Amino acid sequence: MQAFAFYLFATIAIASGAMTIGSRNPVHSVLWLILAFFNAAGLMLILGAEFIAMLLVIVYVGAVAVLFLFVVMMLDVDFAELRAGIARYWPLGATLALLLLGEIFFALLLSWQPGGISGPVATATRTDVPNIEALGALLYTRYLYIFEAAGLILLVAMIGAIVLSHRTRRDVRPQNVGDQVRRRPQDAVRNINQPVGEGVEL
Amino acid sequence: MIGLGHYLAVGAVLFALGVFGIVLNRKNVIIILMAIELILLAVNINFVAFSAYLGDMVGQVFAMFVLTVAAGEAAIGLAILVIYFRGRGSIAVDDINQMKG
Repeated sequence: MQAFAFYLFATIAIASGAMTIGSRNPVHSVLWLILAFFNAAGLMLILGAEFIAMLLVIVYVGAVAVLFLFVVMMLDVDFAELRAGIARYWPLGATLALLLLGEIFFALLLSWQPGGISGPVATATRTDVPNIEALGALLYTRYLYIFEAAGLILLVAMIGAIVLSHRTRRDVRPQNVGDQVRRRPQDAVRNINQPVGEGVEL
Repeated sequence: MIGLGHYLAVGAVLFALGVFGIVLNRKNVIIILMAIELILLAVNINFVAFSAYLGDMVGQVFAMFVLTVAAGEAAIGLAILVIYFRGRGSIAVDDINQMKG
């Protein structure tokens, strides 16, 4: 059963990865990427890393892929033109990818041990608590500073993205909150004693 | 039980697909960014597989940090892409030569 699930997830993940880079329409590319992320999350579930699997679904599918989708749909680009040189590039790309794949498999076969791997373990996986609890206990103690640094990276990325894509438009007159808050009664209100029978002077 | 090698093979194939995608779509920045996401996903699969088979929790902690950096990278990359498109009206990599680097 587990083997069946593994082969199912692995096949779909690889196939949708191939469709991601091969699809004609970038919107389809993003959707294939989402499918690849879902299946990779399934692989991680089989491995017992539930938190990382859920994080993959929430962060990648829920945030990053949707961000990609928005940008692809927002930009008015002629994607057919961008694919023009693809016939020229694919032999080089295929050679490079196959070479890399061959090297990785060669290294895998060289270091193959029939009895599985073993090595020095920094922090042994606890079997008495759930995955999330074990991860949290590690993350908030030993790796606290690195965790904070990760938060800082996200903060900088957020500020950077906002600063980069923010623009002040000249053709509209937006509400200026600062001006509104700074305005005082004596600047705006004038008390007059209006005589009877005369017009109002503005 | 599936062996560690199977997971590493899946990771290796996804990694190679990502590299292939970068070269194949070398004019389209959006697809290149997606290919980079695929590469980072492959790395994450490797991290988690090693974490599970070594019985070491640190692999999953590191996979989380890789995820963080990938999310930040996607946000910044797409923001740069949007302002570039606003200025030039194109996202072809060949047109990105203003800095003459």
